[in-house]
This record gives sequence, structure tokens and C-alpha cells, in this order.
Amino acid sequence: MSNKVLPLLMMPEGKEGKVSRINADRGLLRRLIEMGFTENVSVKIIRSVKGSLIVGVNGCRYILSKDIAMKIMVTFW
Amino acid sequence: MTNNSIRVALAGNPNVGKTTIFNALTGAKQHVGNWPGVTVEKKTGSKKYNGYEIQFVDLPGTYSLTAYSIDEVIARDYIVEEKPDVVVHIVDATNLERNLYLTTQLMELGARIVIALNMSDLAENRGDKIDTKKMEKFLEIPVVKTVATKGIGIDQLLDTVIKEAKKGPHHEHMIGYGDDIEEKINQMENILEGDITLSKKYPSRWLSVKLLEGDDEALKKIEGSPVLDQVKNILSTINKEEYEAVMADKRYEAIDVIVPQVASRHDEKMTASDMIDRVFTHKYFGIPIFFALMWAAFELTFTFSVPFMDILDSAFAWLAGALADNVKPDWFGSLLGDGIVGGVGFVLVFIPPIFILFLLLAILEDSGYLARAAFIMDRLMTKIGLHGRSFVPMLMGFGCNVPAIMATRTIEDKNDRLTTILVNPFMSCGARLPVYVLFAGAFFGRQAGTVIFSIYVLGIVAAILTAKLLRSTLLKGDPAPFIMELPPYRVPTAKAATIHMWQRGSMYLKKAGTVILLGAIMIWTLATFPWGVEYGSEDSYAGKLGKVLEPLVAPLGFDWRIAVALLFGFVAKEIVIGALGVLYGLGEDAEEANISDSVEADPKIFALNSLGLMVFTLLYMPCIATVGIIKKETGSWKWMLFAIAYGIILAWTAAFLIFQVGSGLGYD
Repeated sequence: MSNKVLPLLMMPEGKEGKVSRINADRGLLRRLIEMGFTENVSVKIIRSVKGSLIVGVNGCRYILSKDIAMKIMVTFW
Repeated sequence: MTNNSIRVALAGNPNVGKTTIFNALTGAKQHVGNWPGVTVEKKTGSKKYNGYEIQFVDLPGTYSLTAYSIDEVIARDYIVEEKPDVVVHIVDATNLERNLYLTTQLMELGARIVIALNMSDLAENRGDKIDTKKMEKFLEIPVVKTVATKGIGIDQLLDTVIKEAKKGPHHEHMIGYGDDIEEKINQMENILEGDITLSKKYPSRWLSVKLLEGDDEALKKIEGSPVLDQVKNILSTINKEEYEAVMADKRYEAIDVIVPQVASRHDEKMTASDMIDRVFTHKYFGIPIFFALMWAAFELTFTFSVPFMDILDSAFAWLAGALADNVKPDWFGSLLGDGIVGGVGFVLVFIPPIFILFLLLAILEDSGYLARAAFIMDRLMTKIGLHGRSFVPMLMGFGCNVPAIMATRTIEDKNDRLTTILVNPFMSCGARLPVYVLFAGAFFGRQAGTVIFSIYVLGIVAAILTAKLLRSTLLKGDPAPFIMELPPYRVPTAKAATIHMWQRGSMYLKKAGTVILLGAIMIWTLATFPWGVEYGSEDSYAGKLGKVLEPLVAPLGFDWRIAVALLFGFVAKEIVIGALGVLYGLGEDAEEANISDSVEADPKIFALNSLGLMVFTLLYMPCIATVGIIKKETGSWKWMLFAIAYGIILAWTAAFLIFQVGSGLGYD
């Protein structure tokens, strides 16, 4: 089975993947890194309701806006 | 450390239980103020322990110590410039990676650190094992396990703080940034040490790292220094953005080396908190559950407060009557009885509902539920051009709009923030609650709780429609991206909820003794003079003023007394009630047993126009303190005037429609 690289927003609820790349500018990227969205960290979609996401990273839960969820690219299988 | 007195700063990420630890350490001995020059809350407190006097400062919760947010600058400047003896770094045991990122930066500040590994019970219950001995060894920082909510580990924490404070100042760093960057850091340090005053004031390694990262605030610190040109020379040879990125990576690399050795890794499995969220953030049930909880809160507020209010109301009425009848000269008795007890006392009657509502909100907030509201409302908020995050300061407005407007500082985008500020006054603050409680209780019987709830919902609707209007006209643009942490659900403790309630509610008691007292005396004066007229009659100055205003509010079904009350309510909204208390003073021949009864007995106030009055009080211009903070936070007279004018027009229109349509339909 091949791996898929997709924006976080496209990941279905309950799925787990790894962050492969973040296409954000300096300020946002820095903020995301502080919160633990580093390369290869595993992320899980806890809740996905029409584009509003609750994401689990390192045991924390975050709400992300859609535009950020489009910028975080994840690999999952 | 001097003379057994130890200064301690508390640092940590948001939502790690920092406030709980602060409460556990200081108990009720707290002082809440602002950091100099900024409207960020500063909490200080003290504790006597084993013969030591320990002073605590609660630094703002931050994920990092960059120059990009005011909270982070405050936290790091305090540590660097005030040089506390010990920094207690509260670390969430369930999330070491992200918390240790802050640790790496705190270490660079040259402070002596003690780690409080908080929520260690949650981590253990979930199957994590953290080896604190190893952690101490790797970090060279003492680590104390705490469960702040149960008071576990607090004494050990205090013991450790004292032990560390005795060791004196300390400089150490952990992160190596790789040969290339280290070389630059060395060069920079050598240059900075050429300026003695500078290197005495700031740890030179920290300043070097910050300068190389392109930190603007750090650059400001060396302005005017003789070494400035040399520093700029080095900075011109490097790519600061790249340095910043590489340094962040190096910090995480170090963390990635340490964490697996001190903690057994957990999987991303479903937690109890996630299970609860399956219900509370449900696609269809989320919003109904939110409103049901809000409704229950107002219903409980009203039901539980009625008996207390009745007692207070009768007691103040008795006191007012006794003072007015027995204190000579008569005018002085009237000032004490009608003016002060009638006005201030009548406001105090409504302290029970304010405190009960604040307690319920504190419970909802401490449990972690209110943060979910940001998620639940995200879709709706996106439709009106904001993000779910803007809903959080809106909910804070239920307490007081002033801190709620300050809380919008976390919103980075200018137009997002401006919109969130301008709609905040429609979120009904505690000062407006007495008006609803009085009139809903008087005219809506068993439906009182529901009526009060509806007024609050109307406020939310007004805020949402206003936001939509602003976002599609004056403040166009897409909302800026946002990311917000959702703390896990917790069972709120009675102590924390009570402290929380007290911090918000005590403000109303203070106001009663100051602003409201002055307002009451002013209205009493207007109601008494010119000398010789019947107290509170149309011939008094208050009556004349009211009669001038009456034509403006007559279409809303309000008489002159209400006009006067609303006018003075601009100073503080409790004065609406206080003024009615004064104007309906229980003179010598009052028949009613308490003040509410005498207001209710006036035939000019009935269900329909009292509903209009509640809505008018909800929407009309924000109080002076809120207007002031709008001016300060928007930096614009234009927006301040907009908030006033828009509120008055909206309130007038809404009350007009209620009264005219209601009368047309035959209601009264």
C-alpha cells in the first residue's frame, strides 16, 4: 500500500499520519513549531466537522483554522 | 536572596495548571494588577514558609520566549531584568516535548530553575512513566512532581525552591547549536562583553542567541551601546531567518534526545477527554448542548439567588427607612437612607445573582468546556467573517467587558481584533444582570430564568450580526489563520472555582463602594434640590432633567425616572438599578416592604416596557470603563464614538420595536 501526502484538512477523522512539510510563512511556521508541529511528528484527527478540526499532537489537542490545516502536509497510509 | 526573602517567578505554557499552582502556593494572599505600561494581568502573592518570606509573580503563560507577542516579552524581560531568585517552570507531564521547548529557552536566560512536573497523575494514569531522576540529570534542573489540583507536591516544591535560592545566581546553558552557529555566538559574546553595563544586565549568551535570531526587542536593548556597530557587522554576515529556523530545530533535536530516555512514549489513543468531546463537539448536538448549558446556568442563577436577594432587599429597605426616619437633620437622614442605602444597597441586593453566575461560569471555564465553544462556534463564526477563537473573548464579556476586550490582544490580525472588540459590549456583563433579575423577576414569574437567558442570547445575536455587518463593509478581509489549544476536561475544584468567582465578583463590591456610591449621592442630590421640593418629584432637578429627556424615550414606553437612570447608567451599568433605588426611595410613608416592590408598584412600569428596558440596557452605549478600554485598545477616537453611537441607535430601535409592536398586538 502506498503512502499518501495530503493536507491535514483532507485527513479523515480518526486517522493518524506524520507531518511531512509545512507550507507556511516564517511567523506561522514558528508558531506551529512551538506548538509541536515539527517534521515527522505524528498527528491524529480527533474531530473533523465540516472543516473545523481538532488535532492531536504529542498528547495535546488543538483547534486549527481551515487555512492552516491546508498548509500542513501529512503522510498517512 | 536577601534576609530570608525569596523572589520566585512562575513560568510555563498556557493550560498547564500554572494558576492552580499559584493558588496552591499563595492561598488567598494575592494581588491582581497590570504589568507596567501594558494591559496584561499581573498576579503577585506571597507565602511564609519555614521562616522564609517567599514572593511569587505569575508570569503570562507562553509557549516560547520570542519577541513576537507581548506576553512572551513580559515573561522574559521579567526574568532577565528583575532576576528572580528562582523560576518555577510548570511543565505539563502529559506533554513533555512542547513544554521542554520553553525549558530550553528559560535555561538560556541564566535563571535558576525548578521544574514542577504538574499533572503527573494524569500522565501516570495514561500509562506514561517519567523518570524524574534522569530528567534532573539531563537537564541539570531539580524536578518536583506535583498534582496541583490536589495540593500534592506543593511542600516539596517550596523546599526545593528554598534550597535552590540559597545557591545564588547561576548561568548555564544546555543547547549546542552546531559549530557554525556556536562560532558566531562566541564572537557575539566577546563583543557584548566589551560593554560592561550591558553584560552585567543581560546574560550575554542569551542576548547573542536572540540577536542572531533577528529578535527586534533584543536589538533595542543594545541601542546606544558602544558595541552596537560591531554587533551590526556580525549580523550583516548571516541570514537571521535561517538561523532562527536552525536554532528551533536544534532545540527540538535536544528534546528528542532527552524525552525518550526519561519518559516512556505514549500513543495517540482516545482519551477520556476525547470521549467527552464526541458528545460536546458533536456535529449536530454541539450547539444545542451549548445553549442548553447556558440556559441552565441562568435558570440556576435566578432560582438560587431569589431567597438571598429577598433577605438583602428587606434588610436594606428596613435600614433605609430607619435612617430616613430617625437620623436628624431630616436631609441627612434622607441622604443616608434614600441616597446611599437606597442606591448602593439596592445594587448590593443583586450581588447574589452576580456571584452565582460567576461561579457557574468559573465551573464551565475551569472544566475546559468554554474552550470547546470556540470549536462549536467555529463554523458559524467563519460565516460571519471571524474564527471560533473570537468567541472566547466574547464569552469572557459575560463577566466584564473590560478584561474581555483586553483578551483580544491574542488576536494578531488587526481587522479581526477590531471586530471582536467592537462587538464585545453586546455580551452582557455582570453589571447589567441586576436590571434583568429585577424586572424579569417582577413581571415574568416562572419564566424569569428563560427571559434572562433570552436577553443574553439576544446579546450574542446582536454581536454576531454586528460582526457580519462590519466584516462585509468597514472591516473587510478574510480572518487570519488561528491555532488554539484545547485543554483536557478536568473536574473543577471548589477552591479554584471560588477563587475565580471571587476575583471577578469582588470588583462589583469595590465598585459599589466607589463609583456607585458617588452616582447614588449625585442622583440623591438631584432628587432633593432645589430645596423644599418633594423628594424625587418632577419638580426636583432630577425630575426636570428627566422631563427634558422623556420625549426621547417616550416612544419606548419609558418615563422620566427611567430616562435619568439610563443616563447615569453610562457611568456604570449598575447605576441604572441604583438610580431607580434612589428615585423610588422609601420615604417616611413607604407602604412597600422593600425597594423592588416599590419599583414594581409604579403603574408606569409593566411587563412590555420592562422588557424594552432590559433590551435597551443590554444594547445601549457601553459604560465609561468599556468606552475607555475601546479607545485605548483601538487607539482611535473614531471607533470609540462608533461604539457609542451604534449601541444607542441599536438599543433605541430594538426597544422601540418591542414597545410599539407589542402594544399594537395588545400586550402590556
